[in-house]
Formats: sequence, structure tokens, C-alpha cells
Amino acid sequence: MANVALRNVTKTYPGGFQAIKGIDFEVGDGQFCVLVGPSGCGKSTLLRMVAGLETITGGEIDIGGRIVNQVEPAERDIAMVFQNYALYPHMSVYNNMAYGLRNRGMAEAEIKTRVEEAARILELGAMLERKPGQLSGGQRQRVAMGRAIVRQPKVFLFDEPLSNLDAKLRIAMRVEIRKLQRRLKTTSIYVTHDQLEAMTLADILVVMNGGQVEQIGNPLDIYQKPATTFVASFIGAPPMNLLPMRPDEFKSQLGSTPEAGILGIRPEDFVVTNDAGNGIAFDLTVEAIERVGAETFIYGARQRDAQAVAANPGELPPGEVIVRIPGAVAPGIGERIRAVAPRDKIHLFSADGRKRIDS
Amino acid sequence: MVEHRRFGNLLPHLILLIGVVVVAFPVYLAVIASTHDNSVIANGQMPLYPGSHGLETYWNTIMSGTGKTTRQPVGSMMLNSLIMALGIAIGKIAISIISAYAIVFFAFPFRMTAFWTIFITLMLPVEVRIFPTYKITSDLHMLDSYSGLILPLIASATATLLFRQFFMTVPKELVEASKIDGAGPIRFFFDTLLPLSVTNIAALFVILFIYGWNQYLWPLLITTRDDMQTIVIGIKKIIDVKDALTEWQVAMATAVLAMLPPVAVVVLMQRLFVKGLIETEK
Repeated sequence: MANVALRNVTKTYPGGFQAIKGIDFEVGDGQFCVLVGPSGCGKSTLLRMVAGLETITGGEIDIGGRIVNQVEPAERDIAMVFQNYALYPHMSVYNNMAYGLRNRGMAEAEIKTRVEEAARILELGAMLERKPGQLSGGQRQRVAMGRAIVRQPKVFLFDEPLSNLDAKLRIAMRVEIRKLQRRLKTTSIYVTHDQLEAMTLADILVVMNGGQVEQIGNPLDIYQKPATTFVASFIGAPPMNLLPMRPDEFKSQLGSTPEAGILGIRPEDFVVTNDAGNGIAFDLTVEAIERVGAETFIYGARQRDAQAVAANPGELPPGEVIVRIPGAVAPGIGERIRAVAPRDKIHLFSADGRKRIDS
Repeated sequence: MVEHRRFGNLLPHLILLIGVVVVAFPVYLAVIASTHDNSVIANGQMPLYPGSHGLETYWNTIMSGTGKTTRQPVGSMMLNSLIMALGIAIGKIAISIISAYAIVFFAFPFRMTAFWTIFITLMLPVEVRIFPTYKITSDLHMLDSYSGLILPLIASATATLLFRQFFMTVPKELVEASKIDGAGPIRFFFDTLLPLSVTNIAALFVILFIYGWNQYLWPLLITTRDDMQTIVIGIKKIIDVKDALTEWQVAMATAVLAMLPPVAVVVLMQRLFVKGLIETEK
């Protein structure tokens, strides 16, 4: 049981490439922290730095009140679950889980108790004598979890543990991981590129991009108030519509800030109606329809009136707009619809997308 | 083949049978010759059926050798060959697995230089470096000794290369998982890497044992004492007789005996060997 604090952590590779550009955050005792971001954003590197598998070139990492910068991975009191599970192929499930404990010189009786307890929790009891090669993907995943659990570490580290599983199993394991973590109350750091996993698992969500933190917070807060356009487009599926607006448009539509900016609106916040009411209307030509069953996604192109385009040759290209409507009844392709974005559902960002403008 | 042609299969079988006969006939002849009295063979009438002196010939060959030429029991020659072949095979595997481990899993200065230095020794087999190697061996007083037979042949670029290629397919997460599990480099080597390499080691052992067993030039050069000679050299010496009749039945028995250990190794290791080729679990 411990909290983990990262203080101005940086990582510069010998070639000069800076993978992590100064990261600060703290995970409280027993909390589940998810690092999310596109591939190459440094989230895995950061996790490996916490694990001690990568050196730390600046700042400090604190696990349970101890600075671990110079501490060997085995001494950090952490356990890690790898993307490809990294089970020892020649050892039985039992020995896979017992190996780390044996290396620490634990008594065989204690090891047996711990492994059997973990096997009971993870329903691996019948498989203890099998080799990893004889297990399915989900079972291997559970063995990897078991190997972490038996150690009773201060911190669990997960490096995209579900990405090798098929979609159905992934959802089941996601729920299982969450339940397990709640039960064991072990501080956890979890890396994923899947925003759905991030939203559902996290107590604290850390959105990363380009080696930096874009936003830290409660997942729902981040969803409702994304701090940058990157976060806005990364969290939520399909992504938030981000529409660049000219200064005059901005002014006329919103009656505020005279500078240019970006208007964001989530697909599900649109209302398809002819009555603009207290909102901003977008006239769209339907280009594609996706019917999922319970909901339908409409991909439309924005229409601009010809005069406005002629008046502004430097016009930004009309962006594609995604509208989500409930049910399966949708307009045909090529039809024109009017989608209204209610004013209270609109997000505004500065033109470079780095700042959220709250009215 | 989807279609089943009763007579179409006949021709390939015939060709295969001829091949088997061509390969097996000399072996058969050697076995037959070793069961006859020397006078029968010396007459120039080589029979194709087994004779009645088999047990006697093999007993004499193993226990006392020829009466005239080497006068060494073939049993001791076989022991020499066995020690040399095992020494070479095990030594080569031990050295190359350790050097491959260093090259693949540790970052040290001049790592690639070390690798390429090992690699270019592929171009320097014993035959090429025979004089300097002989000089060194003799300066170290290793002539007529097992260490002299084994050590100069032990360094192996081929085996190092093979292990290197295998080690590079071991996922790096396995190394990291071991680190987190508190296993240092030596523990990782013995607990994880070595068990994973078993099939590779078996395959290499088969090849290297036969390589060691078949050594001719090097043992010929550095062994002068009769009791140190290997069976491959022994055969040659048994045949080379001056002013007397070659004891063909002994020579043939020796040849048959010389074939047995390599055959035994192949037969015993075949299961592991094939497993090493088809198993993908990692």
C-alpha cells in the first residue's frame, strides 16, 4: 500500500531525443491511475521508468515515500503485467507464479499458500500444473495477473495488458481487473491506448501526448471539460467534432471573444431539427451512415453559403461533422439535414487548440 | 499427391530402393567381412553371407586389436574418440552459449566488434591455422593429451551464431519479467534461458559430436603415443601393413564399431532434434 509520486520526471535518450518532457502527478494509495495516449506518446516509457526498466534522466519517482531512482526493479516492491504476458514458457503455471517468491527466499509453505490463494481468486486452480503453451490467451492473462498478485506488491503496473485479447474477452478482463483492484486495494498504474479502457478503469486519468501530460483528472471531468483539442478528440468515440471558426463567425455565432478559435461539439450532443432555438445550426450534406443498432452515426459535410466563400478565399476547408442520433432511422445519403449544437454543450478552444476557453 | 496411382508410385520407390542399396551395401559388406576368417577374405572371394567368426573377431578387436600393426585394443581407441568427441561437443556448446549470452543480452563497449571477431573465425578452421595451433599446443605441453585433442577445436563461431539467432527471438519482456522477479543475470541464464535452449543444444550436440568423432588431421598430428590414438586414425593404421597380410576382418570390425556411437547419438537425440525444429513455443 503506497502512493506513487512523479516529480518533474524526464527521460532523454543518449541520441538527444527527449521522450518524457517533465511529468508531475501523484497517485494516491489504492487508486487506479490510467495513462492514456496515442502510440509513441511516452506512456509505456513512463511506466517502465516507474518499474525501473528504464533509467530516469531527470526528476524523481517516489514509491511509498522512498525515492526509487537508483533502486533495482526487484527492490522497488512493484509487480508488472506485460502486454505479451512474458510468462516463462518452460515453467508450469504454479512455478510461474512462485518463481519471484522463491528468488526472494520465501518459505515453500508460504509460497504454496499465496499461489493457491491467487489461483482461487483468478479461477486458475485446475491449471496449476499446465504450461503457458497449453493455455488460452485469457488464461495466460490471468496467470500474468496471478504472478503480480502473489507478490503482494505496493504497486501494480500494467502495460497494455488487454491488447492481445479479442474484443469480447477484453471487456470481460477489463471488468475483472477493476474488481480485483477494488478488492486488493493496491495502487495501480495502467497504460493503454484504448480510451474506452481508460474511461472505465481509471480513478485518475492521465492523458499524454508527445511526452507531456495534456490533462490529469477524473475521467468524467476530462470527458466533460477537455483542456485541449487533443484531449477532446482523443477521449470519446467517435471523437468530438472540432470545427475551426473565423473571428467574425466566432463573434456572430457566440457573441463573445473576437479572436479566431475552434468550436467543439460531441456527436451525441447534436440535435437534428429545423428549429435552431438556443444553439448553433450546421447545415450538412449526408455523406455516409453507420448503423450500429441502438444508435446511428451520420457523417456530413458542412455547407457554406457561396457568398461567404467568395468573400473569404482563405476559407478553412469545411470539416466533416459526425452526428450521433439514437435509433436506426436515418436520412439517406446526399440528403441535407440541419444539426443544432445546443449552446450549453459547446466547447471552445483557442485557435492553436492548446487552451480551453470557458465563458 | 491427391490422386492415388498404384503403379505410378512404383518408379519413385524403385529409385529410392536403389539409393538405399547403394548406401547400405558397403555397410553390409563391412559387417559381413568382419564375421569371416581373414583367410576367406584374403583369398579374394568375398562372401555375401555371414561367417561364423563374428563374436570372436569383435571380442579380439575390442580387447586386443591387431596382432601386427597398432597392437592397441580398439576398445581404448573408442574411449579416446569418445572423450574427444564429447569434450569437443560439450566444450563448444558451453563456450558458445555463454558468448552468445554476452553478445545478445549485455550492452558493453565493442559488443559488435566482439561479435564480428567471433564471426570471422568461421574462415579459420583448424586446417588453416594448423602450424600456429600446433606450436601453441606443443609449447603448452599438451601433445599426446586429451586437452590437446579437445581445446584447440573448441571455439565455435557456428554455434555462437546459432545461439545468438535463437536468443534474439527471446522476447525482451521475459528478461524484464525476470528482473522484476528478482532474478539476476546468472539466475536468468540458468532458470530461463538454458531450459528454453534445450532443443537447440540437443540439435547442436548431434552435429558437433559427429564433427568431433570424425576428426582426423588434428589427432593425427598431435598424438604420437599409440595409446592416445583415436579410432578414425586406428582404422587407417590397421589397414596399412607392411610385409604382411592386412587383417581385414579386424579392420572391418573396427569400421563397424567406429560407426556405432554417431549412429547411437543420432538415434537417441532424433526426437529432441525434430522437436527443436518444429516447436514454436516461446
